[in-house]
Amino acid sequence: MLRYTLKRLVLGVLTVWFIATATFFGMHAVPGDPLSNDKSTTAQIRANLEAKYGLDKPLITQYAIYLKNISQGDFGISFTQENRQVNDIIKEHFPISAILGILAIVFAALGGILWGALTALYRNRWPDSVIMFLVILGISVPSFVVAAISQMFLVNINAFAGTTILPVGGWGTVWHMIVPAMVLGLSTMAYLTRLMRSSMLEIVNTDYIRTAQSKGLPKTRIFSRHQLRNAILPVVTVLGPAIAGITTGGFVVEIVFAIPGLGRYFVEAIQQLDYTVIMGTTVFYGAFLVFMVILVDLLYGWIDPRVRINP
Amino acid sequence: MSEQTDTSWQPSASDFAPKPKHQTADVITRPAMSYWQDAWRRLKENKRALFSLYLIFGLITFTLAGPHLWTIDPSAQDLDQIGMAPGADRNVTIAPAYQPWYGPTSDVIYADDNPLGLVLVGDATSQAVRLAWQETGLGAGQTNYGYKIYRTLFALNVGDAFGLPLMETQNHYFEDRLDLQPTDYYYTVVALDKQGVETDQSTTIQISVKRVITMLEAQKRGLTQNKTVAEGDQIKLALHPFGTDYLGRDMLARLIYGGQVSLFIGIFAPLLYVLLGVIYGSIAGFLGGAVDQLMMRFADFAVALPFLLFMILLKVIFGIGPGESGVLPMLVAMVILLWPAPARLVRGQILQIREEGYINASKLLGASTNYLVLRHMIPNTMGVILVTITFQVPSAIFTEAFLSFIGMGVAPPTPSWGSMCNDGIKSMLTRPHELFFPALFISITVLAFNLLGDGLRDALDARMRNRE
Repeated sequence: MLRYTLKRLVLGVLTVWFIATATFFGMHAVPGDPLSNDKSTTAQIRANLEAKYGLDKPLITQYAIYLKNISQGDFGISFTQENRQVNDIIKEHFPISAILGILAIVFAALGGILWGALTALYRNRWPDSVIMFLVILGISVPSFVVAAISQMFLVNINAFAGTTILPVGGWGTVWHMIVPAMVLGLSTMAYLTRLMRSSMLEIVNTDYIRTAQSKGLPKTRIFSRHQLRNAILPVVTVLGPAIAGITTGGFVVEIVFAIPGLGRYFVEAIQQLDYTVIMGTTVFYGAFLVFMVILVDLLYGWIDPRVRINP
Repeated sequence: MSEQTDTSWQPSASDFAPKPKHQTADVITRPAMSYWQDAWRRLKENKRALFSLYLIFGLITFTLAGPHLWTIDPSAQDLDQIGMAPGADRNVTIAPAYQPWYGPTSDVIYADDNPLGLVLVGDATSQAVRLAWQETGLGAGQTNYGYKIYRTLFALNVGDAFGLPLMETQNHYFEDRLDLQPTDYYYTVVALDKQGVETDQSTTIQISVKRVITMLEAQKRGLTQNKTVAEGDQIKLALHPFGTDYLGRDMLARLIYGGQVSLFIGIFAPLLYVLLGVIYGSIAGFLGGAVDQLMMRFADFAVALPFLLFMILLKVIFGIGPGESGVLPMLVAMVILLWPAPARLVRGQILQIREEGYINASKLLGASTNYLVLRHMIPNTMGVILVTITFQVPSAIFTEAFLSFIGMGVAPPTPSWGSMCNDGIKSMLTRPHELFFPALFISITVLAFNLLGDGLRDALDARMRNRE
């Protein structure tokens, strides 16, 4: 297990290096640069600025410096916001995205397991059809449309009630988080519901369920102890990729609901060609995702002993 | 058997004739069916999948045949109908050309039910709204220091703001020509005091504006349809079955052309990157050993790239030149980023198939590598590949929509369903149809591909074969 963990971690670090390298050379291939935004730069000022940001050095030297810095966790200084550390930007905005993402994951996982179990229990009866129809709808409607519609809904509800029941946008209290987290988690929840349903239906035909039935266990106990617990396993495996989907899906929700998260900041940085912020956030997000996937895989080994034997 | 009557019991010559060839014994086998025939049969039984297939063909026909049937230019603006909902009133009256106005003539009758005597002069048309007033409300000895005129779309309650300030004037009349739409307006005239501050002397009147068009304009836009029309006649403005957007562009035309972009990316991007993945994966899977390990480690790295972040990065790197639509860069970026997943899938399949008995049998018979790959391996992974492509289409369409939504998608004025949604979302409270139609088309397309994918997966699953 330790060997496996180490191997995964080394591969993870290599992947992050790959992401960092791809981002670095990608960003330097972009036509235009952030310094040319200022109209009144003379050649001298430009040279000074380039020296300040280290842009006057050869590309390979820049790459070496960049790698050294990010290995120490230093992503540099923003180009467009004078003297602002990219680390500070990440520190300030990432927790917001993270809280939103965690809420969305919790919502999606709980909802997915619950609805999936329900559809399997009521297989081919009306609760199954209704939920599966909603699931297909949840998968087919783009997240920004869901976000926009739910916002419109909130506006109407607040207007109808005369007071603010739930805020339409912004960030600050728990009330601000509820609707965005639900919107963000919706497509993942739909996906997990489908997965949970098929895994529940597969388990009904296994030997251990038949054994439990022949032992005369009550139905509720078979359901809760044997069926549900085993059916959750595949759901855990896709949680890794789901976290990736939810983090990036957060962009849209953050833009629509005016949430000051890192995703919205990233989109702004892209539009302003803020090199260091783009590279910093990409590498940071990339590393975050890579290690999240590793964490989920290790977690899976802990939950399901069968995986541990032959990793 | 030949006909026999009761009397003629003797056998005739026909009884000894040989039996026709086509009469066979009881059939206990059924016609042989290839894998694909069988899959197609099972797909046809799945009503939802079949319906989705028809729907997809319908959508493709809609976008390809659409431009020939609905020949309106998607970037042409109809300035008379901006942000019109489908089925809105299209009637327009032909009015004389605009004449400048220098204030009310002496025959204007001022109203006596408001302090300023505010009254509408002439007809309120989309050409101009003309107001005139007196200072009947001001007491003796008070002089006129000017007026301020406001306009709003909403009925005013006590204490409400008056709306959009249009002008401050010393005159006793005012002409409004600012973007008049055929709807109800509430005009407010407020008297100002010596310092130019608003007094409580104000009057609001409601005015319904009628849409008019001059003869010249009507003829120029081909609205008269070569009929002779006179001033005062009612004609109809151009038809927009799905309404118009915030710039007055025809929604149906934009949906058709936007569909071309969205479906093109949605279908071709998965085709290309799955093809690339198949080539890469089958080479790795077939060669095996160190080459396979090396190739797959590289795919592992590529698969770990945060997709949307790199999609945005690549879009920035490629850039969009002036006059380009940006469709091709998006396609290339998707191919660069998304090939590893199908590659890994195909490699797994190939590794599995390599161990099968029929491959060994074929090898024993002296089959070449090319033959093995082309005859056995690729056809046997075809089902999985087809299902993968079908399920990748919705995510490609979503990616295009997402990028267009954050402003990194196709460049305007090229429409795509995603960028239309992005435009529509800004005005969704007042003009919901601008968001509704593109969102509906995206949802239907994605739904159809999802259902078709489900159906294909079930139909192509060899384990399901002969199982009813």
